[in-house]
Amino acid sequence: MARVVVDVMLKPEILDPQGQAVQRALPRLGFDGISDVRQGKRFELEVDGPVDETALARIHDLAESFLANTVIEDFTVRVEEVAEAVK
Amino acid sequence: MTARIGVVTFPGSLDDRDTQRAIRLAGAEPVALWHKDKDLKQVDAVVLCGGFSYGDYLRAGAIARFSPVMEPLIEQAKAGLPVLGICNGFQILTEAHLLPGTMLRNNHLHFICRDQKLRVENAETAWTSDYTAGQEIHIPLKNIDGQYVADQRTLDELESEGRVAFRYLDVNPNGSNNDIAGVANEAGNVVGLMPHPEHAVEPLVGTGRTDGLPFFTSILKKLVNA
Repeated sequence: MARVVVDVMLKPEILDPQGQAVQRALPRLGFDGISDVRQGKRFELEVDGPVDETALARIHDLAESFLANTVIEDFTVRVEEVAEAVK
Repeated sequence: MTARIGVVTFPGSLDDRDTQRAIRLAGAEPVALWHKDKDLKQVDAVVLCGGFSYGDYLRAGAIARFSPVMEPLIEQAKAGLPVLGICNGFQILTEAHLLPGTMLRNNHLHFICRDQKLRVENAETAWTSDYTAGQEIHIPLKNIDGQYVADQRTLDELESEGRVAFRYLDVNPNGSNNDIAGVANEAGNVVGLMPHPEHAVEPLVGTGRTDGLPFFTSILKKLVNA
């Protein structure tokens, strides 16, 4: 089993009101010096079988057509090392 | 024969009954469609109503776009079937790429519920012919993901082709680009808007206005004359 991570972020030119709300709260909480916050989504897909090029291509399609709305969002797909479960 | 207008119910749809009622008041026959239906029961037009389809857990309308009923709907909409998307229905139509652009969370992050003044910009679509261009109407608005955005090229295209169907007047309630409240596709058979015309069809409820009724009489007239 392997894990594929899809990160989805609003494109830089798209206003991110949620990120802005978080950023505005920071000084109130005593965190200074953070000039911008963008909020995104992370999907962790547990994949049965090997994550070969075909599997990655399918996940790329999935991310492009479903997980991200490419009108407003960018996404990245990467394989994450999963520590072997203790038997 | 009476025109038959389908209303799709997804898990999480809220306004299916109101929409059916509005269709009945306009003089057409509402036909209940279920999200798992694989055919459209030979309806003459379809309304995708408001609500939070599948909880909107991924993005508003993103999961509904892949339900079985959307397959024939997308195909037939491209072939000319009149489709109206209200609120969540509008979001579903953008996710299905039947309408351009998409909806973001309101710029102030609050859910809004207000009587919204609009200007009818395009009175030549399948759903707006009973209005006149430039007419000002009041339609209830209730949503949290209502900020219409599109890239500059799409906006220019919509503006130059007269495909902005409705614009917010007096206040822009959510930060939508160019004050856009509703858009139409190129052929004018697919229309989407954030405010809820089905909540403004009877003088006894809501704001006491019936400014939303012409949506449903427009389509009825079009279908009867077709």
